[in-house]
Amino acid sequence: MIDRNDVLHVARLARLKLSDDEADRMTGELSKILDHIVTISELDLEGVPPTAHVVGAPDALRADVPRPSLPREVALAQAPAVSGGGFLVPSPQAG
Amino acid sequence: MLDLTAAGAARAIAAGELDPTELFEAYRARAAADELNAFTWVADAAPEPADGPLRGVPLAVKDLFCTEGVPSQSGSRILEGYLPPYTATAVRRLEEAGATLLGKTNQDEFAMGSSNENSAFGPVLNPWDRTRVPGGSSGGSAAAVAAGLAPWALGTDTGGSIRQPAALCGIVGLKPTYGSVSRYGMIAFASSLDQAGPFTRDVTDAALLYRHMAGADPQDATAVGHPDTIALPSAQRLDGVRLGVPEELAGGEGLEPGVLAAFEAALQHARDLGAVIEQVSLPTAPKALSAYYVLAPAECSSNLSRFDGVRYGMRADADDLDSMYTETRHDGFGPEVRRRILIGTYALSSGYYDAYYATAQRVRTLIVREFEQAFTQVDAIVTPTSPTIAFELGSKTADPLAMYLNDVLTVPMSLAGIPAISIPCGLSEGMPVGLQIAGPAFSENRLLDTAYALEQVLEFDGSPARVGAGA
Repeated sequence: MIDRNDVLHVARLARLKLSDDEADRMTGELSKILDHIVTISELDLEGVPPTAHVVGAPDALRADVPRPSLPREVALAQAPAVSGGGFLVPSPQAG
Repeated sequence: MLDLTAAGAARAIAAGELDPTELFEAYRARAAADELNAFTWVADAAPEPADGPLRGVPLAVKDLFCTEGVPSQSGSRILEGYLPPYTATAVRRLEEAGATLLGKTNQDEFAMGSSNENSAFGPVLNPWDRTRVPGGSSGGSAAAVAAGLAPWALGTDTGGSIRQPAALCGIVGLKPTYGSVSRYGMIAFASSLDQAGPFTRDVTDAALLYRHMAGADPQDATAVGHPDTIALPSAQRLDGVRLGVPEELAGGEGLEPGVLAAFEAALQHARDLGAVIEQVSLPTAPKALSAYYVLAPAECSSNLSRFDGVRYGMRADADDLDSMYTETRHDGFGPEVRRRILIGTYALSSGYYDAYYATAQRVRTLIVREFEQAFTQVDAIVTPTSPTIAFELGSKTADPLAMYLNDVLTVPMSLAGIPAISIPCGLSEGMPVGLQIAGPAFSENRLLDTAYALEQVLEFDGSPARVGAGA
């Protein structure tokens, strides 16, 4: 039910590169997994609401007051490349 | 001193009978000589312990917990070299109680796996038989505790990642109620399911470690803490305790005969202690696995979008930004993580959302309701933890779906957010079998008592796994 074009489309959405071999293998594996998974549609779910989260209590909210966050140099310390106090990335323009 | 449980070591240190530095050094030497690939990092010296009830008891911590200045990669190449600027709340609480960080443990990449074969650091070996897997995803934590390379360890459980490796390695593993332990500083896999919990040699240690992990946290809005103080278990009898056996999970279908035999022997022990064994029904439980393998990958595809080569970890060389993203994510993620990102992205994508994600969320509602219904009839639900004993390394890596089926008995509880503990209940073919006991949300004290009473009569001997696994 999922074909190679679907896999390549989804990989594009997820910013994952797949080689030709990887796309072929992934198509086979995902088809088998999704064929198993889609059996949930056989259940009678008429009128059943969705569950996104199971915590019984409402989210705990803290007071909305400013407080210190990570210092800039600490936040930048793990980056592969930094410049001028920010994260440095390649140009968005291709080549 | 390596024979002491963690609670025993804490007592001996508090009484002045045991030097915490000597204890740390003894474990450090074993962990450093680890032949199971259970550790990804080992401390070089004993940290100065805080003065608390766990003072000087060394703790192994799954790689995915952020530990300030200490490598934390969640088993992934994409976080190569990452040194977090802060420590996860669960770890910090334990350090404040006096625990000392012994090392970080190997795991399946981003906690996705049931065999620990998906780690960038390579597979972990089962200390009972080194040709077999320890289970996953917290395989390093389970193997380290089982082999006596650490007195106890932290793991995380999203669909069984504490309970299944605990079962396969013959130790105790507790997946607490969702929300009782903070997730702050745990590198996220599936946020509505992830929960931290203890790996220990016995039930008393599990109670002790969990007691000091649980608690609300302003850094995690879903962390509500636990309404009760976690007591050390003491029950000797199970008179009148009603244990439910769900026919859909524990009826025998898909279970190895040796696993079923050990499970049935454990039920007989429970009867002998006065428990009443009843059949209960969880009609949707057989579909829980499918719902889980929509919801968890969907959440993972969102959580893992943060790994883009910009702020931390590795970056692939590329001339433009978009190629940098795709090359980095290609080189940094292993095959199973890619597979789950693709499943999740597909299940959330336009045209498929209703058939997969929205349907799985409604299946989750049925699972929650069926457990609630069952708990009006019984106090706890019991099943084997895993349908099989530990399998041979490499035997399921070529078939992702076969690997997923390992989780069939543990994911229903994950979807419902309820606590479940695995305790060793016997051997099959010389390998440990786990008994899973699950209860209503926040029933940890009763679960631990039930597990403790059974532990006393099961008299499981974990010592064979502790021989010769390290120095």
